[in-house]
Amino acid sequence: MNFLFYISAAIAVLSTVMVVTRPNPVHGLLYLVLSLFSVALVFLSLGANFAAALEVIVYAGAIMVLFVFVILLINPGSEATDREKRWLTPGIWVGPSILAVVLLLELIYVLAFGGGQLSGVKEVTPKEVGLSLFGPYVLGVELASMLLLAAIVGAYHLGRRRAGEGDES
Amino acid sequence: MAPVPVEHGLLLAGILFALGTVGVLVRRNILFILMSLEIMLNAAGLAFVVSGAAWAQADGQVMFIFILTIAAAEVSVGLALVLQFYHRFKTLDADAADRMRG
Repeated sequence: MNFLFYISAAIAVLSTVMVVTRPNPVHGLLYLVLSLFSVALVFLSLGANFAAALEVIVYAGAIMVLFVFVILLINPGSEATDREKRWLTPGIWVGPSILAVVLLLELIYVLAFGGGQLSGVKEVTPKEVGLSLFGPYVLGVELASMLLLAAIVGAYHLGRRRAGEGDES
Repeated sequence: MAPVPVEHGLLLAGILFALGTVGVLVRRNILFILMSLEIMLNAAGLAFVVSGAAWAQADGQVMFIFILTIAAAEVSVGLALVLQFYHRFKTLDADAADRMRG
């Protein structure tokens, strides 16, 4: 099923080019989500099902939601409804939609004709990944937990608005 | 059916990484710089998964999970910095913060 890989790779490159060239952050974000989805399908076509699921859940889900939150916080104001109307014009969402439909067709093809499995590639199962993660790599897991703790503390400290500092500019 | 050659997967990772680098260097909007950093980290993870799949070993996906952790930590701190930046300079232009004359 090599063509699955190549179609997803083409969509990944195309949508990443769009991310880098869009002037509006929200449009860029839309294409970035698409790029992450297509990389997830690349993982699926390589037999890395667990990595594909994590890509969708963590990258395209959690991290992109953080970006959306920050854009919401930065772009408040009364002109929001006008902007909303402009965003709902077809020129903006039709490109990502077409690419997303292609990805969906690929996924349906895998589910319908492959039974969720791809022939020709050896799947690395989540069980193997888990055994490896908590066997030889357990020190890395500890380090990752410390990194996440430091990131929580750092993000809280940086995101807090201090009392005295409100309007200096 | 023959599996995808490992060179093609690594080529895809290289292209995505290069696009992310171009984004970091070309864009001046700090949100786009962060997005391009995400693309670069994602491309690094893709290279690990491709190599792991080529040898049918789990290590590639383990490294991908670590990269995912790093990306989450980086983006949370980075977006907190973006908020502070916006409160201070009322803009998202990275050139506004040129006090160090870099």
